[in-house]
Amino acid sequence: MYKLVQPPLLFESSRPGRATAVLPACDVPERPLDELIPREFLRQEPPPLPELGELDVVRHYTNLSTLNMSIDSNFYPLGSCTMKYNPKRNERMAALPGLWAQHPYQDERTLQGLLAILYDLQEILAEIAGLDAVSLQPAAGAQGELTALLVAARYFRERGESRGQVLIPDSAHGTNPASAHLSGFEAVTIKSDGRGLVDLADFKAKLSDQSAVFMMTNPNTVGLFDPQIREIADLLHAKGGLLYLDGANMNAILGIVRPGDMGVDLMHYNPHKTFSGPHGGGGPGAGPIAVREHLAPYLPAPVVARKAEGEYYLDHDRPHSIGRVRSFFGNTGVLFRAYCYIRSQGPAGLKRIAQHAVLNANYLKALVEDVYPVPYDGPCMHEFVASARAFAKERGVRATDIAKRLLDYNVHAPTIYFPLIIPEALMVEPTETESRETLESFAEILRAIAAENPELLHHAPHSTPISRPDEVRAAKQPVLSWK
Amino acid sequence: MAYIANTPDDERIMLERIGLESLDDLFRHIPVELRLKHPLDVPPALSELELSQVIGDLTARNQGADQRVCFLGGGSFDHFIPAVVDQLAGRGEFFTAYTPYQPEASQGTLQAVFEYQTLICQLTGMEVSNSSLYDGASATAEAMLMAQAITGRRGKIVVAETVHPEYRQVLETFLACLEPRLEVVPGPTGVVDAPALEAAIDGDTAAVVFQHPNFLGRLEDARALVAAAHAKGALAIVVVDPVSLGLLAPPSTYGADIVVGEGQSLGNPMSFGGPYLGILACRGEYVRKMPGRIVGETVDRDGKRCWVLALQTREQHIRREKATSNICTNQGLLALRAAIYLAVMGPRGLKLAAESSTRKAHYAAQRLAAVPGLELAFPGPFFKEFVIRANVNPQALLASVLGQGYHGGIALGRFDRRLADCILVAVTEKRTSDEIDGLARAYEHAIADLTAAAPPGQRGKPQILASAGSK
Ligand SMILES: Cc1ncc(COP(=O)(O)O)c(C=O)c1O
Repeated sequence: MYKLVQPPLLFESSRPGRATAVLPACDVPERPLDELIPREFLRQEPPPLPELGELDVVRHYTNLSTLNMSIDSNFYPLGSCTMKYNPKRNERMAALPGLWAQHPYQDERTLQGLLAILYDLQEILAEIAGLDAVSLQPAAGAQGELTALLVAARYFRERGESRGQVLIPDSAHGTNPASAHLSGFEAVTIKSDGRGLVDLADFKAKLSDQSAVFMMTNPNTVGLFDPQIREIADLLHAKGGLLYLDGANMNAILGIVRPGDMGVDLMHYNPHKTFSGPHGGGGPGAGPIAVREHLAPYLPAPVVARKAEGEYYLDHDRPHSIGRVRSFFGNTGVLFRAYCYIRSQGPAGLKRIAQHAVLNANYLKALVEDVYPVPYDGPCMHEFVASARAFAKERGVRATDIAKRLLDYNVHAPTIYFPLIIPEALMVEPTETESRETLESFAEILRAIAAENPELLHHAPHSTPISRPDEVRAAKQPVLSWK
Repeated sequence: MAYIANTPDDERIMLERIGLESLDDLFRHIPVELRLKHPLDVPPALSELELSQVIGDLTARNQGADQRVCFLGGGSFDHFIPAVVDQLAGRGEFFTAYTPYQPEASQGTLQAVFEYQTLICQLTGMEVSNSSLYDGASATAEAMLMAQAITGRRGKIVVAETVHPEYRQVLETFLACLEPRLEVVPGPTGVVDAPALEAAIDGDTAAVVFQHPNFLGRLEDARALVAAAHAKGALAIVVVDPVSLGLLAPPSTYGADIVVGEGQSLGNPMSFGGPYLGILACRGEYVRKMPGRIVGETVDRDGKRCWVLALQTREQHIRREKATSNICTNQGLLALRAAIYLAVMGPRGLKLAAESSTRKAHYAAQRLAAVPGLELAFPGPFFKEFVIRANVNPQALLASVLGQGYHGGIALGRFDRRLADCILVAVTEKRTSDEIDGLARAYEHAIADLTAAAPPGQRGKPQILASAGSK
């Protein structure tokens, strides 16, 4: 059994002279180093890195890993993040040298298999989106947002229009306004209405010929499908604006509705969510974007293209392109896994993902909503947001307390305090890969916690490797590296 | 279908509990006219066995560094990756967790990131590092925006032409909709023209960006470039190759303000360009302007040392449009791999990787320069990459070298027409002297063949060089 013991830092285990032999001695004729590189460029001493044996390193990280909750070990209903099972078969595929040993500047004739996969993925993502063209370049959802907004800015500039505003619902993820700002737009907030949907009156009031893009998340971050989307698209298009879809929640609508069919002009995907890319303790992700035909010329270069004879190549010749948002092709490793995942599903499998993601969320909601009220009620999509406001008022138990207490029951907490429009938010996304038993046991845990002594909750968690950290101290006296 | 746990019975029971009759009813609140009426047009489902056959066949068509000896670089390198890195970073507890929002359930990730930050500080000599950005290029762009916020200067960013061309493109893309201009200072001799750089910096310049070792492999006069920036109150941003820091003086010693770089070389596979690791480290006083997540040390209620996400008020989920960056999902796993790599290599292992790379690169440069028809394009101090100039068309030359079993280099004409007769060659510690000798022979054969095949008038420098000077 592993003991939940926090190992010392690497640096504290370092012993002078200890080392792991990895590399051979150099086999080219030895010349004094300063004959190759003048002394003034060289380090005086080797970098002060820790000195460890191989077993030290193995134990260190093995022990560290046991201090984490993860999908492989725990139910992880972190809303908006789609923490579904990450198939092991995809890892086996990704471990093939046909992926990892490929250099980004290799001759394209030596990359035909990989380019075929990426070309296919472009086509598949266009089909799922109901849009026309795809760029696989962005490295994460947020970079997809930025890329798409730069595409929109370029489109308007080439039309001779200057539009300075991006409209964003108050329920939107923080990356939306941050991306708007980075791409030089002013972020204008649109209120949500009493149902948790876009407040149409506020939208109409703020819509103008200054509006470049409306960034909509649908299903939105409250877990609801906004049926006004077509009307919003029409109003926006009549004013010459573009409709953007934050595709973080695509898991709920795969094969059910397509963004393009709802009037969306451009969008991003989060393959690390929808298409099961492992989240890696914070990343990597990817953020491919899909756009309508008239926006395709502005996509970043290169895109994968195919010659009439069937040969694949990288098309760099895109004179209207916004340029690049990162180096090289994209987060290929993540895209490759997404491809493996989609190929494992097929058309019926993709639709079933959406159906069961929504079924699981509605079932779980039904099991807990009498105790944990869901402010914007109605059938939810792949997630729901409960509010601990009543607990907070009546018993002084906050969303944090509930989240922390869940850890004692060996399940990960939901996303808390997001979206911002719901006080004491608990955002629960079970995903389709969880079983009915898991949902029922989670519901029982939640119900049990609701009845527990507030004192117990304030001090939770009680069984994790550490108790609650002092976050104020971390902010006031930041210690950001070991010295 | 493979990963859904609910059985038909479960499905029935669950639907009943929520008062619905069919799975379709789950979507009844979506207007009918919006709903897709036909199945998605995507390929049919594959079982695990079929998937491994299909993907196995496709990937077998690629001929990467496992099939041909790799001398490609340009920001992505075939360095050795110890087994420990794959084994440990592949543990599901790291691999399938997300951003450590709940520190009590994420100390493994948090401590590993804190250690990564420390290792990057040790390597660069800088005071703080963040937890990762997307890649070297976007890290450079983030550093540029950061410099603007720190200096309050909106006029321009001065960048050396010897910075990776794709990085420069990213800077341009980022600035397309913002105020500052990007001014590119030429580097006709393989290093940036220092007097021209100095002249380009004015009182409204937020930062000077250079790469060291630069895109062409050459070492820049880093101290002079930093001094030129500081003389006008601009910040100095240096793009580094982290492996080079096993050997070269750390950026802190020449006064860099922000250090960025591509961390792929630290235990991450080339993987056709990503996912990679954006490194960003800086002076301590700039920490509140840093982009991305940062892990800090604190104590828990029992006084026990532990780690949390720190200084989150810089970030998008709190500050929204006023955040220092829009980044959310980062490259955590790649940072973990880099940390494990550095831990297992240690100071001597990293030095050996850097030293072997540089020795072998110098040996290769000497061998290639001795091949009739090739010469070193930019003689002078370099690290593990160098540029050769060929008297025959580089594309044809590289194709022939490839046919003989070598990814022999990168034809630089794709980045800059003035370099249309140039090839960038990279050598890591993985290459052996036999492989280098083989590469030299392959070039020699290729040039002999190409020269024999071409009529005399078409020999010599490619036509495209007629346009030298314009870009
Ligand atoms: C609704 C929503 N939008 C955008 C993002 C940003 O995506 P990423 O983290 O991949 O950059 C997220 C993810 O965290 C999200 O939940």
